[in-house]
Amino acid sequence: MKRKMAVLLTGAMVMATLAGCGGGEAAPAAETAAPAAEEEASAEEEAPAAEEEAPAAEEEAPAEEAEAPAASGELITLGIINNDPNESGYRTANDADLKATFTEENGYSASFAYSMKNDEQIAAAQKFIQDGVDYLLLSAADTSGWDSVLTDAQDAGVQVILFDRTIDADESLYLASIVSDMDKEGETAVNWLESQGLETYNIIHLQGVMGSAAQEGRSGALQAKADAEANWNIVEQQTAEWNAENAQQIVQSVISSGKEFNVIYAENDDMAKGAVAALDAANISHGVGKDVIVMGFDCNKWALEELLAGNWNYDGQCNPFQASYIDDVIKNGAPAEKTIIMDEKGFDATTITQEDVDNYGI
Amino acid sequence: MANSENAKTSSASFLKNLVRNQCFIPVAALLLLAVFNLIADPSFFRITLGYNSAGNPVLSGFIIDIINNGSELAILAIGMTLVTAASGGQDISVGAAIAIAGSVVLRVLCGGNARPETLQAPIIVAFLVACVVAMLFGAFNGVLVAYFKIQPMIATLILYTAGRSIAAWINNNELPVISDPKFAYFGGFIPGIPIPTPCFIAIACMIVIGIVLKVTNLRLYTQAVGINQSSSKLNGLNPEMIKVLAFVILGLCVAVAGLIKVSRVSSINYSVIAKDIEMDAILAVALGGNALSGGKFNMAASIIGAFVIQCLTTTLYKFGVSSTALPAYKAVVVILLVVVSAPTVREYLNKISQKMKLSKEVA
Amino acid sequence: MEGNVVLKMRNIHKIFPGVHALQGVDFTLRKGEIHALMGENGAGKSTLIKVLTGVYGKEDGEIFLDGKEGAVAIHSPQDAQNMGISTVYQEITLCPNLTVAENMFIGRTAGAVQNWKKMNADTERILQSLQIPAKAAQQLGTCSLAVQQMIAIARAVDMECKVLILDEPTSSLDEQEVEKLFKLMRDLRAKGVGIIFVTHFLEQVYEVCDRITVMRDGKLVGEYEIESLPRVQLVSKMLGKEVDDLSDIKGEVKTFDAGKNAVPVLEAEGLVSNAGIKPFDFHINKGEVNGFTGLLGSGRSECVRAIFGADRVTGGKVKMGGKDVKIAKPLDAMKNGIAYLPEDRKVDGIVGDLSVRDNIILAQQVLKGFFKPFSKAEANKVADEYIKLLNIKTASKDTPIKSLSGGNQQKVILARWLFTHPEYLILDEPTRGIDVGTKVDIQKLVLKLASEGMSVTFISSELDEMLRTCSRLIVMRDRKAVGELTGDDLNQGTVMNTIAGGEK
Repeated sequence: MKRKMAVLLTGAMVMATLAGCGGGEAAPAAETAAPAAEEEASAEEEAPAAEEEAPAAEEEAPAEEAEAPAASGELITLGIINNDPNESGYRTANDADLKATFTEENGYSASFAYSMKNDEQIAAAQKFIQDGVDYLLLSAADTSGWDSVLTDAQDAGVQVILFDRTIDADESLYLASIVSDMDKEGETAVNWLESQGLETYNIIHLQGVMGSAAQEGRSGALQAKADAEANWNIVEQQTAEWNAENAQQIVQSVISSGKEFNVIYAENDDMAKGAVAALDAANISHGVGKDVIVMGFDCNKWALEELLAGNWNYDGQCNPFQASYIDDVIKNGAPAEKTIIMDEKGFDATTITQEDVDNYGI
Repeated sequence: MANSENAKTSSASFLKNLVRNQCFIPVAALLLLAVFNLIADPSFFRITLGYNSAGNPVLSGFIIDIINNGSELAILAIGMTLVTAASGGQDISVGAAIAIAGSVVLRVLCGGNARPETLQAPIIVAFLVACVVAMLFGAFNGVLVAYFKIQPMIATLILYTAGRSIAAWINNNELPVISDPKFAYFGGFIPGIPIPTPCFIAIACMIVIGIVLKVTNLRLYTQAVGINQSSSKLNGLNPEMIKVLAFVILGLCVAVAGLIKVSRVSSINYSVIAKDIEMDAILAVALGGNALSGGKFNMAASIIGAFVIQCLTTTLYKFGVSSTALPAYKAVVVILLVVVSAPTVREYLNKISQKMKLSKEVA
Repeated sequence: MEGNVVLKMRNIHKIFPGVHALQGVDFTLRKGEIHALMGENGAGKSTLIKVLTGVYGKEDGEIFLDGKEGAVAIHSPQDAQNMGISTVYQEITLCPNLTVAENMFIGRTAGAVQNWKKMNADTERILQSLQIPAKAAQQLGTCSLAVQQMIAIARAVDMECKVLILDEPTSSLDEQEVEKLFKLMRDLRAKGVGIIFVTHFLEQVYEVCDRITVMRDGKLVGEYEIESLPRVQLVSKMLGKEVDDLSDIKGEVKTFDAGKNAVPVLEAEGLVSNAGIKPFDFHINKGEVNGFTGLLGSGRSECVRAIFGADRVTGGKVKMGGKDVKIAKPLDAMKNGIAYLPEDRKVDGIVGDLSVRDNIILAQQVLKGFFKPFSKAEANKVADEYIKLLNIKTASKDTPIKSLSGGNQQKVILARWLFTHPEYLILDEPTRGIDVGTKVDIQKLVLKLASEGMSVTFISSELDEMLRTCSRLIVMRDRKAVGELTGDDLNQGTVMNTIAGGEK
């Protein structure tokens, strides 16, 4: 059901984007239904009005909400602005997690808007503020340009919670910011690599799209370490732009040129996969106790399965599950420290369990 | 004396014909890159026979890499050449269409389950379904261009924008992974054969298009429509149908390239698979000295053009050109090649060489 | 300058490479007159207009304007406009997605600031004064073509023009629209504007004009008061034949006897296409050569295009050899043994970048089918054969056709159609723009083909050629077939009388 909904929603989004209305199609009825006094809004909000807020294209939604007992008269309304779930497996998992957490059973009524463009996101935010949502959840496409709309939100009494991505705005404008620390992800991975105690580290470094936060964080730690240690060499450093085939070509090229290497440090799982395809073709063994250590990021389920099978050695998590943190902030109030760094694990092939795969795989 | 003079003129005219041949520029570019590599590092040409992790013999080396990785581009160049010739414009949606075709292949093979234990359908069925889907999308582009008279780049912008979302939708946003090793044959190696399979697929496509151009009037019709639509119509041709046909053939090429792409990694990533390949395909056509405004075309030159691009990419990878600078290097080389192969520049160079010859004769 | 003259052009010369396009032309326009500028293809009227509007420079000659001391220099269309010379072209050059007012004032405001209110008010005033049925705020594209044309004129007039040039303004208008346009022209005349009216519709000239200037082959033939120049005289002056001399001269009278009960090769009844011709009847017998004649734009090409299915046929019946056939597109016609050499060789005939060989085999190849290409050897053989037969001068059969001379290009196209072995061959202006030798070759060929049993329809602007080759002429005037001439009627005088129509 959920999955179907997501697909429908995606479909509707594609249409909406094509039609150039940026997905601001949440039912207009909500505008009139929502009272202007935002503080008490949640108390006064009627279930049917909330129901209207579900995107019009989502036909299943009313049926589902009809099943929910009408007793839950105090739903917290959320306006969630996220990037397109098609962008990556990370985003898909992120979106699914949000949808699974903010249900009516848990006391929420959530509306979603998706865009990878800042201006469309800002338009959607303005729409949500007009609709009088209680909370605005935001994963911004760009870091800048949000000040005025967040000020509007504050004036209208809408609380803002940032997730996944932070923005350049005054801290007072939002309640909390729940983010991954990419630098820390890199450090965790590099520390793990150091703990392997190799004599020399000859590393093929496959970078993501240059300039992205994930690339900078994950590259930074490795680069610092390689600069500092004499026995850490980066034999090849190249951007494969998150792309498996590019990674495959780059590793093929390193193999063909006969350079020695014993570590593949790929900044996401896809690139690690491409690299492994190249290793396999050249009969270079990889994985636990083999010639080449393979490291990836993002914890895709299939990648963790590779770890479980011992074909790869390490996978760093980039936690997409912010929903529980957000839930905590909403239910228990603002934290003392506005920026909440999520727990992120690094999985080692020698210690990973099936349970980890099921729990953390995205 | 007279003999040697004759020989001189005949060799001169041979040279002249050679230079005038459309394949000259891309071949020369290829040779130039080869010579550069030879001087910089002769190991570029080393090919070694080894065994892969499954214990099968495989050839490896930069030359193999180029031929292997250039396969998809070469296949796309075939379709793109026809589209360019017939419509005088380019299809910029091939990357997105590859995502769709690849997604269809995986969807049929997985039967809706993201990680199936066994294949849910024969690979050939999955491929044929992908062909049909890709050809339909090709026809969609073709109809927009031919009947609704929309600029090809604008018409294909629609699919360019929506294609990757459609691809994701086909698989319910899942990222299927195929574990059956047989599926990896198409983008890797068939046990016992040390040459990468994509090479065979690309060669097969070249042979097929060669035969088609031989036994049908595709070349004559496409060129006639591309050069003078109004005249073609008065000669009984249906220019609209021929344009749609060109786009449908490109759709078929897209399906083949899509199969190779998803087979290479036994999976798909909708947002990055075959990213920017449309630009390389268009570039291959341009490098082949074909006018991007349509008309006459030379298929072989386009295909060689595709390998020039791959050779350049691999060379740059080999020399470990810094990640951020890579596109800049590529751009410089491309600008040079395109400028040199542009008809106006060639005409200009011809004129200069003629003038020089004249002044020599006078002297 | 005499009191009522607004424009005087004296001894204008214009030379293009290889062509002396204007050879000492004089032209005078008076205040408050509508002055027709007439001439057949290549007469030089459009060159003259372009010199006047500054599109072309001139080699020699002087232009005088009312109110300007001495000869004026016009270097650009902008200059011309500033001096009060405005042009409205056949194709409307305004922007359909802007409002009427915006179109009236586009590109005319000096600064960046635009007073929209005033602009709209001004536009309303102009529209009203000229009685143009449009609103200032209306989008131009929603107006009819005639109204758009009128707005273009209003725009020109509002720029205080003294000389208004209308270049074929009526060709895309229907009768009522033409009437409205004429009313506007008369109103402007009453206001003292001098109008140069370029058209090829005789009726319209006689309906609205005061004076006619006729040009031929880059030279001035003469300027005439409309009353003193009967139609037939006008036609004879345009074609360059004196009526009185001509009625006496008869060519060798061609007669054609199809025999009793002969079934025509092609028979059309009420045929009409979307190219703006009136329905016409037509037939041709085996071995017959006939032709469509009329002035440029009279609809002769449109008729044969309808027969060949080159334009969209909207009505009528066609029989071939007594059987009903449906010809909706060129391929249908080709399959029925019809071949068509189009009027505009460059646009509709040659496939420029293809070789002479490919150009020759093209039509027959299409007939043969997609899956049955000629082998290279076959194609070469055919090409050699026709190059020899028609004496085509080309470096080789691989030479792109665009590098051949006009006459040889035409021969290649002719070869293309002969190779399809047609029953019925349509030649639309096969002799235009080619050398004299080739012209004669083509006429001889037409007669030879007819004697071998082929039916040929021959169209030419040169009456002599038609009279030499055709045994029957269908005369077109203003897009209507107005007569059919055979036997003794086939002389220049009768033909021109029929073309001119109405009076003697």
